[in-house]
Amino acid sequence: MKKFITSLVFVLVFAMYALSQYFNNSSTLAYTAPGATPTTAANSQPVARVAAPVSVPVSTPAPTTASKPAGQYVDGTYTGSVADAYYGKVQVKATISGGKLADVTFLQYPSDRSTSRFISSQAMPMLTSEAIQAQSAQVDAVSGASDTSAAFRESLGVALSQAKG
Amino acid sequence: MKETRDIMGMPVSIEIAGVQAAQKNFDTAFDYFVHIDETFSTYKPGSEISRINRGEISEAEYSAEMKTVFALAEETKQLTHGYFDIHTADGMIDPLGLVKGWAINNAAHMLDELGCKNFQVDAGGDIQTRGKNEEGNEWSVGIRNPFNRGEIIKVIYPRGAGVATSGTYIRGKHIYDPHSGEPVVTPVLSLTVVGPDVYEADRFATAAFAMGERGVEFIEQLDGFEGYAVDEKGVATMTSGFTKYTSQ
Repeated sequence: MKKFITSLVFVLVFAMYALSQYFNNSSTLAYTAPGATPTTAANSQPVARVAAPVSVPVSTPAPTTASKPAGQYVDGTYTGSVADAYYGKVQVKATISGGKLADVTFLQYPSDRSTSRFISSQAMPMLTSEAIQAQSAQVDAVSGASDTSAAFRESLGVALSQAKG
Repeated sequence: MKETRDIMGMPVSIEIAGVQAAQKNFDTAFDYFVHIDETFSTYKPGSEISRINRGEISEAEYSAEMKTVFALAEETKQLTHGYFDIHTADGMIDPLGLVKGWAINNAAHMLDELGCKNFQVDAGGDIQTRGKNEEGNEWSVGIRNPFNRGEIIKVIYPRGAGVATSGTYIRGKHIYDPHSGEPVVTPVLSLTVVGPDVYEADRFATAAFAMGERGVEFIEQLDGFEGYAVDEKGVATMTSGFTKYTSQ
């Protein structure tokens, strides 16, 4: 469950961060993900999720990174939206003090677990993020959907045309 | 020795290291993939699945293989809370999302029985390895960059685990949310899953991808599975145990 909270905390922090940026146009985010593959226009956007490790213990304040100016959040208490955490609802309340995330409390959390045999009650969710970076290593195989066959190109074309409505 | 053939609408590669690289071993495995294609391909009008979709075969007449695949599909649907479903939005049955990993896994077991110890089977980017590669090292698998097909963005060493990737960039038609019947619209471009074998990795990669951003969280919850998701901003999110596969 921690991972969902962690995710939510980050969503919340990011939302508040975006809000603070909105109200403070003079501030710009200078951080650029090192090694990010500049193949899409999306990469020109500030990649806040890259700047911070996502695995944040809920009991401690979220770390701020060198790329983020301190005190970017407005002090106060913020209630997150009720989010579907796949097997239940999660809602958190975040407390900002001194411009930093000081505390997170649970307003709602799932009280029951899936009994699926594949789902471990011991799971300690600790997702982490990184900017993708091209590797030069030689490998024995490559995992990824393949488009080298005519059938799949045709299938993709059909899918894309449907996606255009 | 490595051999690649185009089967099931995708390149299928088999590499067998060392003295077991006999042609008959390759032929046995490739013949099996051809048989699978002829049975389960919805692109082939004469396949059993096409005949089922046209209502030409009653359930009592289904082959044992077809019954097995349908049973596995139903089980997978339950395990993934409905996110894995071989019934398409237009009322047809397309079991490719299950059959691919299942067939790779079965081909690997065939090679086991033929005495092969060191090999890899790769069908369209879903991979099962055994033993070591030709140089005696761990088999290495690169995760393809969804923004640039010519690049890899991660190297993993599965050590006998299965590897499968689901993504929008090519298989869009095959992945949709069974709950809404709509194609999956998600910031996630590709989700690579490493699991107990390629069958498990493939079916859970397919289901987790249909969950969108929460897919990698779902993988985190599964015992024996790790995941690496790449989103449209070029940010990868990985499960807590993923890094155990990134060092040789």
